[in-house]
Amino acid sequence: MKATKTTAAVDAGAASRIRPALAADVPSIIALDEEVTGLAKPNYWRDMFELYGGRHKERFFLVAERQDRLDGFVIGETRAWEFGSPPCGWIFAIQIRPKGRLKGVGTQLFNAICDSFRKTGVVNVRTMLARENTIILSFFRSQGMMAGPFIELETTLD
Amino acid sequence: MKLQKATCFALFAVLELAADPTRQLAAAEIANKYGISLHHLAKVLRDLARARIIESARGVGGGYRFIGNPKRLTLMDVIELFEPIESDGADGEHPRPNTSVGYALRVVLNEIDELSLATFRSITISTMLKIVDQRPWLAAASGRKPRKRAARV
Repeated sequence: MKATKTTAAVDAGAASRIRPALAADVPSIIALDEEVTGLAKPNYWRDMFELYGGRHKERFFLVAERQDRLDGFVIGETRAWEFGSPPCGWIFAIQIRPKGRLKGVGTQLFNAICDSFRKTGVVNVRTMLARENTIILSFFRSQGMMAGPFIELETTLD
Repeated sequence: MKLQKATCFALFAVLELAADPTRQLAAAEIANKYGISLHHLAKVLRDLARARIIESARGVGGGYRFIGNPKRLTLMDVIELFEPIESDGADGEHPRPNTSVGYALRVVLNEIDELSLATFRSITISTMLKIVDQRPWLAAASGRKPRKRAARV
């Protein structure tokens, strides 16, 4: 989708604070992911923080926080020339605390990472997810995302 | 992908009514706007009311109004009320002789079906109303960026 300028329609009273992730957030991120997916992946999330939680100017690991509680997080990166694609923002993880959903947190995180991508000079944002993941698929569509010009293909190795 | 006439009428009506849930519209108003058969639309509206997506109000100023949850109701939810829509699997109606070519063709057609189903399942009425509001078809024709309505999730 084109990264057009957006206005987040978020209830001011319910708005979370969006900020870059800190090392101290990692245990909450691991717990949130385990709550959503039912599978604890502590090493994976520690690695993700090492890779995306630093000061690399084209990598973004943002969290939504409200009243000292982690409501959600989003991770993305501006990548160039993969699959022949010009520089483009990629979102490859977003999680919202189940009890915090439908309160604008996902929209806040989405808008924040789009703003971060915009500062790197890209005009498109892309993501990829399982067809069966209807909730997240619906979320990204509600943000204006539609099918893009690429098709994902895969095969099983013998 | 081609939807049956009743399904299209249902989607027209649902989107028209969901655009303003406080408003009641007579079947004739919807039929006139979309240039469709009032008789056919009336039957579709009855089915939508039975599914508790819309409700009818009688008397002067009566009509139909949207009572569903636009953030939860998907295109698939509406479509399924009017036509079977599912991946063919092993029992589809495509020509499928028991040959390697027949099976291979079915694999490809199923891939297309699965993408269509995922699309219908993931687009809510709320999202459709945003697409209507943004009018991306006009932007594509003029080269302008589509308008973006604020979203809340």
